[in-house]
Formats: sequence, structure tokens, C-alpha cells
Amino acid sequence: MRPNLYLWLLPLYPLAGFAINGTFGRRLPKSLVSLVALAFPAAALAQVLWIVEQVHKGLALPYLQRFATPWIAVTGFHANFSFLLDQLTLVMLLVVTGVGFVIHLYSVGYMAEEDGYWRFFSYMNLFLFFMLTLVLAANFLLLFVGWEGVGLVSYLLIGFYYKKDSAADAGKKAFIVNRVGDFGFLLAMFLLIAHFGSLSYHVIFSNIAAHPAMQGGVLTAIALLLLLGATGKSAQFPLYIWLPDAMEGPTPVSALIHAATMVTAGVYMIARAHVLFGRSPMALLTVAAVGTATAFFAATMGIVQTDIKRVLAYSTISQIGYMFLACGVAAYSMGIFHLMTHSFFKALLFLAAGSVIHALGGVQDMREMGGLRKKLPITFWSMTSAVFAISGLFPFAGFFSKDAILAATFQAGAGGKVLWFVGLVTAGLTSFYMFRLWYMTFFGEPRYKEPTGHHGSHGVHDSPWVMLVPLIILGVLSLVGGWVGWPAALGGGDWFGHFLDPVFGVRGAAVSVPANFTLERILSGVSMLVALLGWFAADWMYRRRPLPAGLGGAGRQPIYRLVWNKYWVDEIYGALVVGPVLALSRSLLQRGIEFGVIDGTNRAWTAIAGDASGGVRRMQSGNIRSYAGWLAAGSAALLLVVIYFAHLY
Amino acid sequence: MVVPIAWYLVLSAALFSLGVCGFLIKRNIITVFMSIELMLNGVNLAFIAFANRWHQVDGQIFVFFVMVVAAAEAAVGLAIIIAVFRSRNTLNVDQIDLMKL
Repeated sequence: MRPNLYLWLLPLYPLAGFAINGTFGRRLPKSLVSLVALAFPAAALAQVLWIVEQVHKGLALPYLQRFATPWIAVTGFHANFSFLLDQLTLVMLLVVTGVGFVIHLYSVGYMAEEDGYWRFFSYMNLFLFFMLTLVLAANFLLLFVGWEGVGLVSYLLIGFYYKKDSAADAGKKAFIVNRVGDFGFLLAMFLLIAHFGSLSYHVIFSNIAAHPAMQGGVLTAIALLLLLGATGKSAQFPLYIWLPDAMEGPTPVSALIHAATMVTAGVYMIARAHVLFGRSPMALLTVAAVGTATAFFAATMGIVQTDIKRVLAYSTISQIGYMFLACGVAAYSMGIFHLMTHSFFKALLFLAAGSVIHALGGVQDMREMGGLRKKLPITFWSMTSAVFAISGLFPFAGFFSKDAILAATFQAGAGGKVLWFVGLVTAGLTSFYMFRLWYMTFFGEPRYKEPTGHHGSHGVHDSPWVMLVPLIILGVLSLVGGWVGWPAALGGGDWFGHFLDPVFGVRGAAVSVPANFTLERILSGVSMLVALLGWFAADWMYRRRPLPAGLGGAGRQPIYRLVWNKYWVDEIYGALVVGPVLALSRSLLQRGIEFGVIDGTNRAWTAIAGDASGGVRRMQSGNIRSYAGWLAAGSAALLLVVIYFAHLY
Repeated sequence: MVVPIAWYLVLSAALFSLGVCGFLIKRNIITVFMSIELMLNGVNLAFIAFANRWHQVDGQIFVFFVMVVAAAEAAVGLAIIIAVFRSRNTLNVDQIDLMKL
């Protein structure tokens, strides 16, 4: 007897929260808004935990729930509202509702002073609704609904401070760049319909599995188009440019949407479509290459940023690059593992950064921080946990996931060695820029000004408990979150990887190599060494040597300038894409079509009507004799006509 | 001697045309009113002529109707003219043009 899991309820809780806060929130007291905003995600989290318990009790996965009424039914194609629960979904559900709830809790403290409190929480709940739809969907179409929905909420929340031009522009940029990726996703879906007649995961994947000869060709095309969609949503090269600007949104948004959940949707999608990607080595290689390149370049860009949130944004791009790399070498479960640990420590990094920003009254520039260790102890210690985790130091969460990815990459053939090397260098860079952030923020001489205003005369102090508790929770998770994937080489059981095995079938080719424990241990050691190297470099440059004012003479070196200007990628896009499109739109579409054809047609018709009625209007002069004249002329004309036709008959 | 019908009709048309001309040319509203009467009588003459020509009584009955209507019209019309004159102090139709655009 399979229990009914009521999966369909799961997204509906946050939707209800959105509906209540979105419609009445303006009139409700703040405490009630917070209650609604927290209660519904909490309900979703509780149900997810209940589902976990059911699975633990032996519920068979995958579990499919479908509505009897089809959603779309036309000749030759139909799609259902159907939700799928398997191990992969379960991990995503836990991440989305767990981290999501914690961030909601934090937001209650962080957003307390902001205008539009109710608006913020209604969007956040709406985000959870779409994200849950995305991960629960059992077909690509429903996934796409969630996919677009989270994009919409991302746009709304990036532009939350819509009175700021930069925030509104950043929202538009995110939305437009994502359109490029979604265009690829749509084409991929059209190809899937054309070749499989369905968008259901089950139909497509079992169809592929039933035809071992099906290889490359159209599958490569589909996989590459899906990858384009994933690069847009997950901010990978070449579509990563929107994510740094997305930091204009409130910090909890950056934590939830632009670090922990939405931006990892691309990784989830690739992992979900692993059957498809598995049949196309070329597409997989592209995924790995894109991921590695993104990881490396984003890490180099992160090194020179001075805005604390922008460092984290580039770090997010870089870490998602690792997840792509994992998927590219068919180590999907490790990609998802890193997705999970990353959602812990990156959400924590953002929330801790938000706590610092909050304490300093809105300062985001790390050059105006420093010496905060004593003032913000809890923020400092939780941030430390996250920094150690992302740098990959044993035994923090990031060590296990990143190390697993690098080990799998190393064993993925000859090309894998190159990717591994770049990934290793990136790990060093990651460690460097994270410790740079750590030192610049918390160590050294205080460079900030005591904030005045609503914080009163207490000086800089730690945030309220409603913000600190989420930090502590995530801090603990950043430490222990990786232990579920303790590799066999280090005496663990890799429980996490085995948990996901049923989804990904036999582990990817890279991992099916007989476990070479010695090699893995050496690789782990190398990773640790590189991470420590990054730490010491940061220590040398930012602690022992006082920070040079305005970043010193380094600004004149060409490489520094190149990185500081983010490789001029925004400018290149501006010149190659935005400029021509704008010019074409202005000259042809605006002046030619809009003003010429559309406006011109309307103007011509109004002119004709105006002239004609202007002429006729003269007849109504008010002069009785002219009316009489027209009457006489009219009757005379009528008479003539009658006489003429009478003559004819 | 029998007068041919064409003569009647020519006379009728002449009366009617005189009425039209007066209607169009004259400015005094009373003259305009009289021109209308002239047109009506021109038409009456045509009716009578045809009634006589075809030995049918319909035309004559029509003329009675026209005369009744004309009498009623004279009563109402003159009353309106007096009302207009009282309110505007003029009988010039060119100055009574409130109903234009």
C-alpha cells in the first residue's frame, strides 16, 4: 500500500502565502505579514520532512503523482500536471524548503526596516512556489513553468528597490539575458516533441534507454540547447553577466535565489536529463568545458572585487561552474552533492555578509570594513565556517563535495587531467579570494565609520537573534553538511552518492573505474595543500601587510586592469550585441516600422477621415437657405435619377 | 376648347419654381413662409390637373389634405415666427443660425 504523499500540496503552501500577503499584506500589521510569510514555508518544510520519514520507512521511489485531467491535450501531444518524487527531487526539496525557510526567518530581521515588507515576503513565497514546481515537475513543460516563474520572481526581487535606476536596470538585464537561455530551452523542447512526441521524463528517458544505438546527432542538439538554457539560468559562460548585477537586490534574495536555489536549477536540469546527456559525449564535454572555464574566469574576477556581495556573486558563478564540471564528467551525484553543500555555505556567506552590511548601516565596500571580528562575534564565527567550507578545508562541507568533483574529473580520461588542473587552480583562487574577504572584513584596523541614525548610539553591534539563528544553523550545516558524502577512500561510506545511485543508474564512467583509494587520497591531499596555499597567500597580502589605500599601485598593471574590468566582457557584449540590436531597433524598428508603418497607417486613416468629415461638416452651416438649397438640389437630383431609370425600363 | 394638360403642368412647374426661388433667395422669414405656400399650391395644381385628366377623385382628395395641412402649418408656423421674433427681434433667417456646428 503506497501512502498518498499529497505532493500537489507542497507548492500550494507558499502560493497561499503569496496570495494572502500579496493581496492584503499592505493593510496587515507587520507581525501578521511575518507570520504568514513564515508559516507557509514552514508547512512545506514540515511536509518534506514527513515525506523523508515515509521514504525512510521504505516508500518505493520514484513516486509519481499525476492529475487525471490532462493539462494540455492536442492531437499527437499531451502534457499532464504530474509531479515526480525520486531521490534527486528529495534532495532538492530539502534544500529548497530547508534553506528557503531559514532565509525567510533571517529576512524578518533583515527587512524589518524596509518599505514594502509585505511585497518582499509575497515575492519570496511566490519564489518558493515556482521553485517547488520546478523541482517536482515530471515533465519538461511543467519544469519550464517553474523555470520561467523563478526567473520572473528573480526579476521582481532584483528590482525590489525599484526607485534606484541601477536596481531596475539590473532586473531587466537578468530578465533579458535569461531570455537567450530560455530560447535554447524552448528549442530543445520543440526538438523533444518532434522526436519523442512527449515531454514527459519517463517517456523520453525510457525511449532513449530502449534504443542503445541512439547516439549523438539530434540528442547532441537537444543536449546543447538544454545546456544553453542552463547557462542562462545558472549564470555560466557566456550568459553569466547578469548575476553580478543581480546583487542590487536585497541580501536575503541574493542568498536564496542567486546563490542557494534558483541559479542551481540549471545543474538540476542537466542532472535530471542525464540520460540524454549521457548519449552525447560531445555535449558532456561542452558542459565540462563551460563549467571549468566559468569556474576559473569567475574566480579570477572575484579576486579583485571590493564589494563584498560582488565577491560572493563571482564566487557563486565559479562554484556552479564546478557543478557543471561534475555533470560534464558524468559525476552527477557529486554535482548535486556540491549543489547541496554550496547552498549551505553560500547562503550562509550571503546572510553573514548581509549581517555585516546591516551592522554598518548599508556599507558594502570591503575597503570600508575591517576589524569587525570582535564587534560581530557570531557573524564572524558563522562566516568563518562558511569560508572554510567554500575553500575546501577538511572537514568542512566544501572539502567533500569539491574534492569528489576534482577526483572524478582527474579520472575522466586524458582531457580530464587538464580540467582537473584548471579546477585545482580555481580551488586555490577560491581559497584566496574567500580569505581575502575574511581578512578585509574582520581583521586589521577598523576602516568603517560608526553608523549614525536608526541604530542609535550603540555603535556597531551584532544583528538581532532572528538573524543570528539562521547563521548558526547554516554554520553548523556548513561544517557537518558534507559528512553525508564522506568518501570511501577516507574511511567513509559515501552515503550521499549511494542514495542518488538509483536516479543516475550506474555511476558515471569516470567513477566506475575501480576505486583507487591511494590516488584519491593523494588528490585530496593536493586539494588541501592548494586551499592552504590560497589561505597563506591571502594571509600574507591582507593581514601581515596593511592594506594599501585604494588598492595601491597594482591598478596600473595590465593583468590587474584586465581582471578589474572583468575582461571587458560587458563592454564586448555592449559593442557586439547590445549596440547593434539597439541601433537596429532604433533605426529600422522604431523609425521605420513603428513610426513609419504602424503610426503612418493610423495617421493616414485619421487624415482621410478628418479631411472627409471636414468637407462634409461645411454643409451644416446653420444657414437655413443653404439647407434649402441642398434640399432643392437633392430633390432635383432624385428627380433626374427617377426620370433616367424610368426611361430605362 | 380643351386646355391640354401640358399647359397646366407648365403653370404648376412655374409656380413651384417661383416658390423654390423665393424660398432660396428671400431673407425675411414671412416671405419664405409664403414661398412655401406657393410651392404647395403649385403642387396642388398638378394634382387637380391629373385628377381631371384621368377622371379620378384621388387627386382632388389629396388637394384637400394638402390644404388642411397647409392651414395647420400656417397656424403653427406663424406662431413660431412670432415666438422667434419676440426672442430675437429679427425676422432675418441668416441671423437665426443657432443650430449650426
